Amino acid sequence: MSVEGIGARVARKEDKRFITGQGRYVDDMSVPGMKHAAFVRSPHAHARVGAINAEAARAMPGVVAVLTGAEMAADGIGNLICGWMIHSKDGSPMNMGAWPALASETVRFVGQAVAVVIAETKSQARDAAEAVEVEWEELPAVSDVLGAIAEGAPQIHPEAPGNLIYDWEIGTKDEVEKAFGEAAHVTRMDLTNNRLIPNAMEPRAALARYDAADDHFTLWTTSQNPHTARLVLSAFYNVAPEHKLRVVAPDVGGGFGSKIYIYPEEITCLWAAKKTGVPVKWTGDRSEAFLTDAHGRDHVTVAEMAFDANNRITAFKIDTIANFGAYMSLFSSAVPTYLYATLLSGQYDIPLIHCNVRAVYTNTAPVDAYRGAGRPEATFVVERMMETAARELSVSPAELRRTNFIREFPHQTPVIMLYDAGDYEASLNAALEASDYAGFAARKAEAQRRGRLRGIGISCYIEACGIAPSKAVGSLGAGVGLWESAEVRVNPVGTIEVLTGSHSHGQGHETTFAQLVASRLGVPLDNIAIVHGDTDSVQFGMGTYGSRSGAVGMSAISRAIDKVEAKAKKIAAHLLEASEGDIEIADGEVRVAGTDKKLGWHEVCLAAYTGHNLPDGMEPGLKEGAFYDPANFTFPAGAYVCEVEIDPETGHTDIVQFVAADDFGRIINPMIVEGQVHGGIAQGIGQALLEGCVYDEGGQLITATYNDYAMPRAHDLPSFRVSTTETICPSNPLGIKGCGEAGAIGSPPAVINAITDAIGNNDLSMPATPEKVWRALHAAGGGLREAAE
Amino acid sequence: MVTVSMTVNGRQVSKEVEDRRLLVDFLREDLGLTGTHVGCDTSQCGACVVHLDGKAVKSCTMLAAQADGASVKTIEGLADGAELHPLQAAFKEHHGLQCGFCTPGMIMSGADIIARHGSDLDEATVRLELEGNICRCTGYHNIVKAILAAAGEMGGGMKQAAE
Ligand code: FES
Ligand code: FES
Repeated sequence: MSVEGIGARVARKEDKRFITGQGRYVDDMSVPGMKHAAFVRSPHAHARVGAINAEAARAMPGVVAVLTGAEMAADGIGNLICGWMIHSKDGSPMNMGAWPALASETVRFVGQAVAVVIAETKSQARDAAEAVEVEWEELPAVSDVLGAIAEGAPQIHPEAPGNLIYDWEIGTKDEVEKAFGEAAHVTRMDLTNNRLIPNAMEPRAALARYDAADDHFTLWTTSQNPHTARLVLSAFYNVAPEHKLRVVAPDVGGGFGSKIYIYPEEITCLWAAKKTGVPVKWTGDRSEAFLTDAHGRDHVTVAEMAFDANNRITAFKIDTIANFGAYMSLFSSAVPTYLYATLLSGQYDIPLIHCNVRAVYTNTAPVDAYRGAGRPEATFVVERMMETAARELSVSPAELRRTNFIREFPHQTPVIMLYDAGDYEASLNAALEASDYAGFAARKAEAQRRGRLRGIGISCYIEACGIAPSKAVGSLGAGVGLWESAEVRVNPVGTIEVLTGSHSHGQGHETTFAQLVASRLGVPLDNIAIVHGDTDSVQFGMGTYGSRSGAVGMSAISRAIDKVEAKAKKIAAHLLEASEGDIEIADGEVRVAGTDKKLGWHEVCLAAYTGHNLPDGMEPGLKEGAFYDPANFTFPAGAYVCEVEIDPETGHTDIVQFVAADDFGRIINPMIVEGQVHGGIAQGIGQALLEGCVYDEGGQLITATYNDYAMPRAHDLPSFRVSTTETICPSNPLGIKGCGEAGAIGSPPAVINAITDAIGNNDLSMPATPEKVWRALHAAGGGLREAAE
Repeated sequence: MVTVSMTVNGRQVSKEVEDRRLLVDFLREDLGLTGTHVGCDTSQCGACVVHLDGKAVKSCTMLAAQADGASVKTIEGLADGAELHPLQAAFKEHHGLQCGFCTPGMIMSGADIIARHGSDLDEATVRLELEGNICRCTGYHNIVKAILAAAGEMGGGMKQAAE
């Protein structure tokens, strides 16, 4: 391993600007003549939009314009789309209701925008937005899925009778039923996956400019995938044709999925910029983020697992209802289907699976992918079931998992996925050892002497990342391909720019991607620049989500490097009068192996550009591109062990130890990978202990500020003990599996398994607040007594 | 409108602003110091922390007028020229940041914590005192590590002598 190449713990190249306050986020930007937007939003969860009276607002100081949904519709701006078609089991396409960027007829969740005010300053825009009068006709609303599918529930979209978007299934129902009939033991659970609000720390923002002379738009936006934004804005929303629209996602302050989607505000700013002739900036505040960012999770599930007399799983059946909120967000339909049900085999050899999923509209904010997207929900179901089954079968939870682990690869699950490589026992053993699982009983006894209840919980997760072979996702209903592009541009002096379609919003691409190039072309990191996030610079790209930037984005870079390397070797062989096969590139030199004949890397690059002495027929220049389409998903997996102590008097949970052993395949920068795991675990612990989005029955968001929505803070969390095991991913040239979501996927069941172990009551939902834990403890009969004894 | 004058990062500034102008908007919009961020509207996230007369404050929670006559230091003024403050360097070395959005507030809070506790800092104290700063990316693990490392370095002589 070199000090800068693959595997090295290199400090990040991008850090300097962030630690000195020189980051360039959208809200930090301004352009001449720029005005500010503020949205008029619905205070009701469900209402008809009547007359909008903006006269008073228009007369207020600084106001440039007040624009409404009716005007937007008249200008032919298209409705928001969902980009993944799912068919119900009866073959019918999903029932999608129309979602205009500014509603002109009906609003269906609190916070939905109906008009926008453009004014000189932010405060003036907000003042005027408050002065816009809307005549609302309130309609009955429903906020929870069971209520929404109940008889007589308020009807949310005319296109979706009974509020049902689709009723989908995967697997073999009859065979599963038969296996249940023959089971020696059945474990059954009702499980809820709590609704979360992503809360990237940078609120969403958009700055749109229209240049009339060129009929050209520029949008600076908080996006994880600027090219997809441009495609969708032009192909579906009719804002501008693609070649007349530049989308830039500069520094972006976290995304976690919530910045994949193209939201009403970006569309509105673009449209308003042309309509008013002034550049328009909107920066959301945190309250708007709570109300309008796509939320995550929100599943209600019944699961049953059948075992034979040897404790081997014979069948698994799952029935899930997923809350989609009031509209179908961009990837919403794929989350509880192809990102969830396809992972229900977990790390286990399960011969038969059947999963039914109903997707349902409610009068709440749209729900879409949030860190992990479907896979945390699947892992929660599988790993709560495994722990519970072990308790019921009186075997150790580790043993039951071992009994059922998949041990041979490739492994075809009954739910589409073909696992390519893994060693689940290795990560479980690593986690058990690091957590001193064997010494737990003594720690529990010691805690008991202090009046504390100690518990331990395991979770063995698997996820599918590196989404995904375009052909495969196309056949499953995706509206786009999921390849990635890269261009490696070698300058005449030998420095290198890499243009990538991946987007970094905290993942450290400017460093890891450069490490790959440094390893392959022997160029120092300082001589490599990573360019991303601008549709004018980068030809096309699919962006960053689903832990795909390493496995897919870097694979594309690797392919482009292959081509650069091949051409550089040809040039060097020609100049050194050697055979191409003998040329090696390393440490800034291009050498003939086994001789002292060599050229500096920069000399070869310069030769490529002068063109004075190139092999016959070769084009000058040294710049190559690649589109990489993955051969398969990748399958990161690992084992987490959580140990907790509960105060029986207050129900408060302390996480006293959290151990992670992950298999991410090959690792480029261990420091960055550990950081990804830390952050993911914190979000997972947040879900398990603290975070819960609450709407009241009428659809008002109760948890709309940080006073009410409990974010994990430093003192809620321990330091984590993370390590990795390694099986190389055979499905991409770098052997990378991806690491961005694992922590959030694997940790919630580990925490809940630990708490339920401590309190002796398995009936506990997330977030496991002190009140819930206290109630569960006392329902179980006397944690206090037990601890005191 | 009101005229406010203060020293920001050692520079004397004076501007006429709306009475309701928040200090954070004054810094970001009137002075162009966009390193100080806004992450919430309820005084909870700490992305906006600056030093006012040497103490950490949330600049979203005071008016520019209240800072009249004060000396303000923002993230842009923390380094000594090209020389990073030890805490800035520690954030980089220990990977205490990912997206960087919470980072200015974290560093300004961290510097204040170190100033008050010196090398006596321990992990529990750092975690407790970061109560007013939210990070969604790092899980705090490396932020805590960076603050402890910088504290050790800044007061390192004392600590080692004591051990
Ligand atoms: S912006 Fe000041 S505390 Fe959040
Ligand atoms: S680094 Fe992203 S919020 Fe802290």
